[in-house]
This record gives sequence, structure tokens and C-alpha cells, in this order.
Amino acid sequence: MSEKVEVKYSISRFIVSKIKNIFPQKGTEYFALVGFILILLIILMAIFAPFIAPYNPIKKVGDILQEPSSKFLLGTDGLGRDVLSRIIFGARTAILVTLLAVSISLSFGVLLGLLSGYTGGKFDTVFSLVMDAVYSFPGLILAIVLAAMLGPGILNTAVAIAVIYTPTYFRMVRGLVLSLKESLFVEAARAIGANDRTIVFKYIFPNVISSIPIVLSLNAADAVLTLAALSFLGLGLPAPTPDWGFDLRAGHAYLASKIWWPSTFPGLMIVILTLGFSLLGEGLNEILNPELRR
Amino acid sequence: MKNLLTIKDLRVYYYLREGTVRAVDGVNFFMKRGETVGLVGESGSGKSTLGLSILKLVASPGKIVSGKILFNGNDITGWNEKKMRLIRGSRISMVFQDPMTSLNPLMRIEEHLVETIRTHQKISKAEAKKKASLLLNEVGIPPERSGDYPHQFSGGMRQRIGIALAIALNPDLLIADEFTSSLDVIVQFQILSLMKKLKASHRMGLIFISHDISLVSEIADRIALMYAGQIVEFAPADVFFSEHLHPYSEGLLNSVPNIELSDQKLSYIPGMPPDLVHPPEGCRFYPRCPYGEDICKRKEPPLVQIEKEYMVKCFRYDGKKSRT
Amino acid sequence: MASLRVYVIRRVLLAIPMIFILLGIVFFIMRVVGDPVSAILGGHAPQEQIEQIKEQLGLNKPVLFQFFDYLGQLLRGDLGRSLIWGQRPVISEIWDHFPATLELSICAFLVSILVGIFTGIIAATNFGRFFDHAFRLYGIITYGLFIPWIGIMLQLIFGVYLGLLPIGGRIGTLMEPETITGLYVLDSLLTLNMESLISAIKHLILPSLTLGIYLSGIYTRLTRTHLIEVFSKDFIKSAWARGLPKRAVIYKHALKNAFIPILTMMGLQFALLLVGAVLTEITFSWPGMGTLLFERITYRDFTTVQGIIVFFALIVITVSLLVDVIYAYVDPRIRY
Repeated sequence: MSEKVEVKYSISRFIVSKIKNIFPQKGTEYFALVGFILILLIILMAIFAPFIAPYNPIKKVGDILQEPSSKFLLGTDGLGRDVLSRIIFGARTAILVTLLAVSISLSFGVLLGLLSGYTGGKFDTVFSLVMDAVYSFPGLILAIVLAAMLGPGILNTAVAIAVIYTPTYFRMVRGLVLSLKESLFVEAARAIGANDRTIVFKYIFPNVISSIPIVLSLNAADAVLTLAALSFLGLGLPAPTPDWGFDLRAGHAYLASKIWWPSTFPGLMIVILTLGFSLLGEGLNEILNPELRR
Repeated sequence: MKNLLTIKDLRVYYYLREGTVRAVDGVNFFMKRGETVGLVGESGSGKSTLGLSILKLVASPGKIVSGKILFNGNDITGWNEKKMRLIRGSRISMVFQDPMTSLNPLMRIEEHLVETIRTHQKISKAEAKKKASLLLNEVGIPPERSGDYPHQFSGGMRQRIGIALAIALNPDLLIADEFTSSLDVIVQFQILSLMKKLKASHRMGLIFISHDISLVSEIADRIALMYAGQIVEFAPADVFFSEHLHPYSEGLLNSVPNIELSDQKLSYIPGMPPDLVHPPEGCRFYPRCPYGEDICKRKEPPLVQIEKEYMVKCFRYDGKKSRT
Repeated sequence: MASLRVYVIRRVLLAIPMIFILLGIVFFIMRVVGDPVSAILGGHAPQEQIEQIKEQLGLNKPVLFQFFDYLGQLLRGDLGRSLIWGQRPVISEIWDHFPATLELSICAFLVSILVGIFTGIIAATNFGRFFDHAFRLYGIITYGLFIPWIGIMLQLIFGVYLGLLPIGGRIGTLMEPETITGLYVLDSLLTLNMESLISAIKHLILPSLTLGIYLSGIYTRLTRTHLIEVFSKDFIKSAWARGLPKRAVIYKHALKNAFIPILTMMGLQFALLLVGAVLTEITFSWPGMGTLLFERITYRDFTTVQGIIVFFALIVITVSLLVDVIYAYVDPRIRY
């Protein structure tokens, strides 16, 4: 009796395990790939915008608020501009500002973190406190105020966004530096006579580098959202520049009349790009720090 | 005298993506009231799974596939969760290895005891608290500390509290799964003495699961040696240590360093334990056995009953009704 | 608990330098980084006007003096006066709009933790199976959703096309209940005004859902991760082995332990809640702090904007302090 039961279990489980082997070990490994593809597509969209977009995004090319049709695939907005062309060119703004913002915060954050962590003392204490304060404050609000005070423009907007993410990198790097500072192999390096700068760059830096890609992706996701929010509030880039957040806002006014297309599509693009970065970050996290089974 | 616990041909498998792990594959076991059985084996031998399956605590994807478990004459194999909950903690208790995580860090130890007691007995909180104090006393924890939190105690003390929880309702059987493995040697000895004392005063049966055979020798009346999901030798302790009939037992006992021999080479059993997803057809110890023969490779050896209380799973003793 | 009191005192003392620094940063941004004058007047303005503004705001004094002046003002509870319209005290402006934000935030918060924790529990108890992956994806997706977009989609579906719910405002016209707390739902209940109660609730649904769903993702992930971690601990095995009922094991033992990092996250997420509230308010024309901020930036009402930022800073610090105190109360390991 027990043997029959055993055999039955074996066969059914065998079949199931064979089916499962077709797919990768965990579904979550797909995340990074999907994320990467999404980001790539949008970057391509940004680079080849002039070739892909059917119309000039800042010129009136048709009647205002036309429904999506064969002539204007995604319809026209409140100023008669082609929605599709605007969102294709909008990719340029999004990618450019995001990349800029993330680079600025990364460079400053990592550098300051390394410096502060290694130097220690009063310098470190002061800097940490300031960074903590910025970190704990609602990011977007800080960005709003900064953007308002700095004025419109690509660089200004990028800086406004960069400021709120610098503490993230700062804290991460500083923490790693502090723990590594005490660890044995730095002692060993000192013992063989390496000077401070060598220690920081040759020994500490490489360890720090490996945690960065994940934080980077997730940060980029955040930056896209912050940029969208700033543009939504009219604080981002000057008017005719195609920008997803701005267009979302502009289209909002027509909602009640069931004119859904000027808002929906720019908003969708924001979501897709953010999702791309989020999935990439999460996927990388799964791959680099896999979850242990119970 | 009726057996306290009887296990017949138990099989417990884990259904993983990589395959089905046959953690316990045909185990026969019995013990009497008040006995201490040392369940010994290396990591992955299935001893923990065996312990868990007695209380039906094997977690998915593990499952008890076949076999029977009889406790105090009752067949608990088919018992559902509701019925099992009645005996867990009250008739059969289990304690685990890691003192750092064995207690809820957010609850005072008094609360732990009161909760356990009141789950199984309808008494007032005040009465339960009194009982808790007595229990703490029994295991050597000053009752004034009953309001403290687990992190305020050392590892050894936490294990003592674990024992108090386990004996709170006077169970008939206590299963200790690698209970002292995380403690240092001196504390190990103290805990072991405590367990011996309590076992006698509460008339409990004890299954002491461990990989440390020398530790087990201090406390066990009988030894059950597990290998690759099966019990390969089951004997009274003194007989086990003097006879150690199974080749695995022989190898194990030979590899324990002897403090009296000054010029000793460390001996060990060559090879690795088998893959439990695809266990070999015949005897599972065959690849590492110095006495292996053709029949061992082809057929699974029977559990030979040498004497009334002595069983060995090996072809060498098949057909022989007394020790060689 | 003496130890708790000690902890609270310590924590409060720690908060004070933090307040200084935050205020300093805000001040720095507003007066040093940007040019307040052009922010208010917008570029080309006659010299006398520029001087007038500078006098009015005391911008001619050295920055440090300005800072301490401002701090002195704050201690007296004075946030300055608005630069537009009736020049009302900023405090009054804030106080008029705060209850709306509070009401929205509370509802959204409730939605987020209910949805988040519940889905987290389902994911954790189905480890490795379908619901686990599904809710993990849910957690990732919701975090990436642009709040105004969620709001707009909901407005389109439920407001415009299905016509079930209003798409803007806080309550129907002229249906405001008598003001006791400023929270319409509460006030309606207290004054037994059913009409306004229903209207208030109807208006709350979409904005709360928008913000709530956005925030829930993080609680899903957190609950799931920490529950899984707690489930592997021996005291859970021990709880099962002692015959404790399932509900007690999951809620009293597992969830309570997993809850601590969740609680911390609630505190950290508070900043996100505020940010989200700002965006949600603007999308739904909800008359709260967010709308006020946006409006005054548009009107270049420098003092009010500054006042709002300071107010936000103070709230954030207070909440963070409260969370730490609650954390210490719940987890005895911190105190002892």
C-alpha cells in the first residue's frame, strides 16, 4: 500500500519538476531583463526621436484636442500638437535630466562619503548631520523649493533633483568606509606602507562599487518621478519643451470632457520608464543578493 | 509494557524544485516510557526531520508520505492539526537548538510560560504565574527574573527556560533537537545533568537528537543511529558502544579521538553521504563500507533483529540470530 | 517604565540640533541659494521696490542675523505674514489648510497599511508560490506609479466614465459641516450631519485610494520580507511545538516581531506620505497644504512658502521622534 502511494507521488512530482525546469529557477530573475529592455527602448526612443516622431513636437500640426486617429496616432493636445511626437521627444528630456541628476548626486555623494568617512572627526560629524537632515526631509518638497528658487532650465532642474539624492550615496559610502576602515586588510595595507590616498582608492573603493548599481537603478526610478512631479507643478523646464510631466498636467484640464488622451499617454510613459528602472534595480538585487529558501 | 512511541516504516519526503529529497525513508523505531533514546547521525541523515514528524511539524514542501506513528497506543498518523495541537506541548514537547532565537524577544519569560500553560489548562492567570515560578525554580532560574526579557539571559539560561516551557505540562515525551549543540562544553554538561534530573522526576521519555555521539553516550539508554534517512543500528547504549555491529557505527566510533592514546592518527570514514534525491538501490552505506559485497550493492539490507532489543540493518548479520 | 522616560528625554534632546540644522538648510536655500527678491518680484522691477522688499524682509542684514531673527520669531509662534492679498499671518493660512491634508493623509495611511500588510501576509504565507510572486510584483509596480497619473486614471474611470465619484474638491458645494476639528468626516459625525458626511466620504475615496495604493507597495514588501525572516526563527517553531493556535502564532508571535521594522518604516515613510499628499492634493484640487504651497509658489508669496516649509520640517521631526518613542515602547531591547 505504501509503495503504491510512493510511486504515485514520485511520478507526479517528476513531471512537475520537468516542467519547472523549462523556466529559470525563479521568475524574479526576469525582472532585471525586462527592466533593462524597457530602459533601452526609451533610450533608443530618445536618441532617434527626430527619425521616429511623425511630427514636430512643438508646432501646431492639427486641430486641437483631436481624438487618436490614423493621422495622429495618439491624438492632439490642447495646442494642436501631436501627442505621439511629444512623448517621443519627451523621452529626451526625461533621459537627459535623469542621467544628469543621477550623475551629479552619485559623484558628489560618493566623493563626499569617501572623504567624510575616511577623515572622520568634526568634519565628518557636521557633514553627516547635514546629510541626515536632508535625507529625512520630504524629498520632493525640498526639490520644489530648490527648483522654485533656482528657476527653470535643464541644469537647474537636474541640480534640484540631485540634491535630494546625494545623501543616499553619501550615507551608503560613508557606512562602508567606516566599517572597512577598521577591518583587517586596511591595517595590513597600512603595515606595508600604503599612504592614505592609496588606501582609499585601491582598497576601499572597489568594495563600495559593487553595491552601487542597485541603488543607482532605484535612484533613477525616483529621479524620473521627481522630475515628473516638478514638471507637473510647472517648475521644471520652460514651456514648449516636450516633457511628460508637463503634458500630463496640461491634459488634466480636459478630463471632465472625456478627453483622455493628452494626459494618459505622457503619464503612461512616466510609469514605463520608472518601472524599467525599478525592475532593473530589483532584478539586480535578486541576482546579486538572492533570497535563501527556507 | 506498552511502548510509549512506535514508528513503523515512516517515510518523509521534501518535494523541492530540484527533486524529491527522501529525508526519512523507511524508519522503524520504538521506545518505552521513561527511556532516553539517543538519535544520532550526521547532518542530513534525517534525524531532525524524524523528530519533527513525530509532532507532525514537518513544514511544506515536506510531507509524511507513508508509515505509522503510534503514541501511547494511539495511532496519531492521521490526526489533523486540531487534534495534534492538543498533544503538542502537553503530552509531547520539543526543544530546539538555537538559544538566540528560541524565545520570543518581545515577551517576558513569565508570559511565555503562562501562555503555554493556559493554552492547555483552564486555570487563572495568577495560578499559571505561580506554576511558572515553580517551573523556573526547577530548571535553575531564579523566579524573581520571571519578568525579564529573553535578551537579558545567557544562552545556557535560555535553554533552561526552553526546558521549563517544555515540561510545563508534564509531557510523557520530550524531543530535544540538537539542544546543546550551540552551547559551550561546560554549559552543555550542566544542561545535560538538568535534563537527566528532570527526566527522572517527571518520568519522561527523552529523544535526544545529536550529531555528537560522545555527548549522547552520557545520557542515552538506547542509541538509534541514522544514516541517509534510515536507522541502521538500534541498540541499548552499553551494547552499542561495546559491539557497534554496523560498519557505519564502527567507523564512527573509531573516528572519535581517544584522549588516552597519545600517538593517534585521526581516522575518518572516506566518501560522502549519498544524494537523498537519488538514493542508491541497495545499501546506502555500501560506497563507504569496508565490508561491502555484491548483494549490498543490489538489494536494500533488511533490519535484522539480533536480540529482542537490538537491530542492525546490514547483510552481514542477516540470518544470524546472535552476535558474531 | 523609568527606562522609557529616560529614552524619551534622550531622544528629544537629540532632536533639537536636528531642528536647527533643518531650519538652517531651509533658510540657506531660501535666502542664499535663490534670490528671494527676484523670486518675489520676478526679474525686472524698479529699484525702490527692490529696496522696499529688502527692508520688509530684513534682507539687508547679514545672513546669520536674519537666521537668528527668524528663529526668535519662530519661538514666539510667528511665521511671518503673507505677501499677498490681506497679508494674513502665515500661521493662519497654514492652519486653514492643515486639516484637509491631515484628513487625506490619515485615510491614505490607513489604506496603505491595511492593503500593504494584508498583501504582505498573504505573500509571506505563500512563499515561493503564485501569490508570493504576484504581490512582490505589486510592491514593485506601485512604487513606480506616478501619483498624478494614478489619480487621473481613477478620475477617468470612476469619475468621468462611470460617474460614481467626484473628481475634485473636498466636499460638495455649500455642504461643509460645522467646523469643530476641521476634519470633515469627524465634524459631520459630531454634528450628525448625514448629508455632509456622505459627501465628505465620497470625496475622500479616490484621493485616499490614489495615495494609499502608491504607499502600500512598500508595506507589502516589508511585511513579506520580515515575516519570512521571523517565520524561520526558532521561537516560531517552538510556538507550533507548544500547541499554540494558528492565530496566536501568526499574529502574536510572528507579526508582532515583524512589525517593528514595519513601524520604523512607517516613520521613514512619513516624509513620502507628505510628498504624496502634495501631489494628490493638486491632482484632486484638494484644499490642503500641498495646494497652498503650489499656489503660493505660483504667486511668489515668499514668506508663506518659507513658512510652509518650516512647518513641514517641524512635523517631520516630531513624527520621527514619536515613532522612535513608540519603537522603544514596543521593543524592550532598545530600552534595557
